[in-house]
Amino acid sequence: MFGYYLKRIFSAIVTLFIIATLTFFMMRAIPGGPFTREKALPDQIIAQLNAKYNLDDPVIVQYLNYMKGIATFNFGPSFRELGLTVNDLIRQGLPGSMKVGIVAVLMILVFGIPMGIISALKQNKPIDYTVMVLATIGVTVPSFVVATLYIYLISSRVSWIPITGLSNPIAFIGPAIALSGYSLSYVARLTRSSMLEVLRQDYIRTARANGLSETRVIGKHALKNALIPVVTYVGPMIAAILTGSFVVERIFAINGIGRYFVESVSNRDYTVIIGMTVFYAGLYIFMVLLVDIAYSFIDPRIKLGKRTGD
Amino acid sequence: MKKLFSVFVVFALVFGFAACTGDVEGNTLRWNIGADPLTIDPTLNGASDGGDVINQTFEGLVREINGIVYPGIAESWETSTDGKTVTFTLRESNWSDGTPLTAGDFVYSWLRGMDPSTASEYSWIWEYTNVVGSVDLVYWTDVCNNTTEVCNVYVQGALVGAENADGKDDSTGLTLAETKALVGVKAINDTTLEVKLVNPTAYFVSLMAFYHFMPTKKSAVEAVGGEDGLWAKNPNLVVSNGPFVLTRYVGGEGLRLEKNQEYWNKKEVYLAAIEGEFVDLETTAYAKYNAGEYDFIPSVPSVMIPTLIALSDEFYVYPLLGTYYYSFNLERVEWQNAKLRKALALAINRQAICDALSAGQLPAAGFVPPGFIDNQGKDFAAESGNYGIDPGAGSQAQAVALFAEAAADLGKTVAELKTYLNGKVILYNTSEGHKMVAEMVQENWKSVLGVELTLQNQEWAVFQNTRKNGDFDIARGGWLTDFMDPAGMLAIFTTGNAYNDPNYEVAAYDTLLAESQSTTDMAVHFQKLYAANDMLMAAMPVIPVYYYSDVMMAKSYLVNWGRSVLGSVDFTHAKLNR
Repeated sequence: MFGYYLKRIFSAIVTLFIIATLTFFMMRAIPGGPFTREKALPDQIIAQLNAKYNLDDPVIVQYLNYMKGIATFNFGPSFRELGLTVNDLIRQGLPGSMKVGIVAVLMILVFGIPMGIISALKQNKPIDYTVMVLATIGVTVPSFVVATLYIYLISSRVSWIPITGLSNPIAFIGPAIALSGYSLSYVARLTRSSMLEVLRQDYIRTARANGLSETRVIGKHALKNALIPVVTYVGPMIAAILTGSFVVERIFAINGIGRYFVESVSNRDYTVIIGMTVFYAGLYIFMVLLVDIAYSFIDPRIKLGKRTGD
Repeated sequence: MKKLFSVFVVFALVFGFAACTGDVEGNTLRWNIGADPLTIDPTLNGASDGGDVINQTFEGLVREINGIVYPGIAESWETSTDGKTVTFTLRESNWSDGTPLTAGDFVYSWLRGMDPSTASEYSWIWEYTNVVGSVDLVYWTDVCNNTTEVCNVYVQGALVGAENADGKDDSTGLTLAETKALVGVKAINDTTLEVKLVNPTAYFVSLMAFYHFMPTKKSAVEAVGGEDGLWAKNPNLVVSNGPFVLTRYVGGEGLRLEKNQEYWNKKEVYLAAIEGEFVDLETTAYAKYNAGEYDFIPSVPSVMIPTLIALSDEFYVYPLLGTYYYSFNLERVEWQNAKLRKALALAINRQAICDALSAGQLPAAGFVPPGFIDNQGKDFAAESGNYGIDPGAGSQAQAVALFAEAAADLGKTVAELKTYLNGKVILYNTSEGHKMVAEMVQENWKSVLGVELTLQNQEWAVFQNTRKNGDFDIARGGWLTDFMDPAGMLAIFTTGNAYNDPNYEVAAYDTLLAESQSTTDMAVHFQKLYAANDMLMAAMPVIPVYYYSDVMMAKSYLVNWGRSVLGSVDFTHAKLNR
């Protein structure tokens, strides 16, 4: 088991290294630089700025220096946000993104999974149709539409619901709905179809034949297996939701890293781009690892680090 | 009895304070600033959102509100008879920390702005000030050894090695310190600031209202933890001299400014505080404004503009000193003929474009927008005339005639010229607005002249690169000037100017602009500028399309707020009559 984790951690480091390297060189291959402005700066001024941020070193030297920094979790200075480092930006934006993200993830799990189960158990009944229609709407309507409608129809008309920011618990409602809408609906659909498939399995019939109570059949035997595909989806989804959404953060004016990431690309803020990419990739890899561990609990057939036949 | 008394005192205190805070809250302006400014250090700033904040927290030698230049920290000023020395007399004033502000503070800030190691984005503006020695300092470069004349080489823009640098500027041979010492800015005493100019510069005093020239205090700028302009965002470090002072700054969220009790003119500052937020999405900010959460917003969603113009008395449109235009790439053989360029310029229906954009833009009949006043008090653009450009479709017949003349000049038939130009590309940076303008221009050229150009858009940074490299046929451009003289518009088309996208290189034009700058006689100054404008419009290296405008909304109970013609909002004398 320990050896398995060691191997996973090693492969994660290699993956992050490759991602950082690719991002570094790809960003530099795109025309434009961090000092491209609405009113183009004179060449001499750009040269001064390049000198200030060591962008006048040969690319390979910049690359080596940058990698040295990353190894010590120092992602370097932002070229646009004067005086701030990438670490500062992550520190500044992550809490906002995380807070909304956690609420959204809880909503997905607390509403999405039960909705799917109920739907499966009441297949082709009115409640099933209702849930599936809602889920279809949730998957197809983009988050910016949900967010804009929420502001227009609800928060701008009700004085005690803040339109922007996260100043009180009520303020979380809009961003969390907009952020979770797609995944919540997707999880509901996934749970439903997976549940329906499991309910048709022989072992469920056996369990019922043995006279187990319906609650026990569903709760213990069916649900555990039905959740495997859901867990597979939810892991990476959590990574994506916790790192914030550009659209939702922009519309609700939330100070989060989702917008820093997107803005850094159009600003060619190289260090921020790589820092955010590596951060996101790291979180993603960690969540995938958690999913693998979760499998071993849910599905007794899966043993981590052991190949069948060994 | 004693107990009762103390209860009474407590009550009085509580209610007294409550009344106080109630007052401050009621007298606090709620303002959406827009994007979170990259910096609010006047010397480092180069963006309009930062400029809006700085205009409230700092004050230069003068303050310009609604086009009028008022004395600021300078009480008065005097220009020598040869026009080359300007002497400012500063009023007795204090920094927000209570220490006196002196002429030396201006010298310090200005030299910091020019110093290449500061790497201020706006330092190039010193070129336009004509201050003696400033350009040498701004562009001080050292990659060569001056004695051996061996220089380091740049490979793909990156400096390879620095072993040939010798601490001396490559062209003047002076060290940084020597170059600094030669800059013509001097504090004669605490209240007298003397500035030496290379040439008389008519607009010099009004330019001093611009944020780059506002004073900063050395001890604050160089405080530990205040590097790279962070001091200006840190309430514990910031020291400023404007009507308001920063008391809170939360990155990505907002800031709070409170009335500066040390401001020299504080009796004419009526707001107790300003709460600013950084909501950069116009639709969200507009919703908050309508819900009564903001008193002032700097922009509105563009789809709302036509309705607001018609129905809202809280909506304001102001002209900006800037022009939206297309550049011909004069390096390319097909654009060498001036008649052809003029034909294309005349074929455009500018009024239709402005109507479609509907944000208060004005059809451009020249490159210089209205708003510059000449030596006789007349508007420069109005005096220059329209150069045959009708705002609507009125000059299209003339365009067809010129197109035929151009064909004859080029030894082609009209049909041949059309085929020759078909498929040339109009390049613009990706945006719905730019796309719409390009489509309308394309349609005008097709229907009026029968020429079919194609459209191409590029992401902003890529576009800038392409345009700078001269890799285009016709490219979109926009220029907003930073000071109140037409030279600020016309000078970009001089040989070698970084913004001369069409590569218009005409010695006679360069001479006219140089002459306009070297005279003390304002009549001559404007005479040369009028001539230069005529020459530019006859050659038409660019096609002016429209003059920019600025929109904003302010609640009707917010009065006396002002605006600089260069675009910054001004709440110095604003009042809330809620």
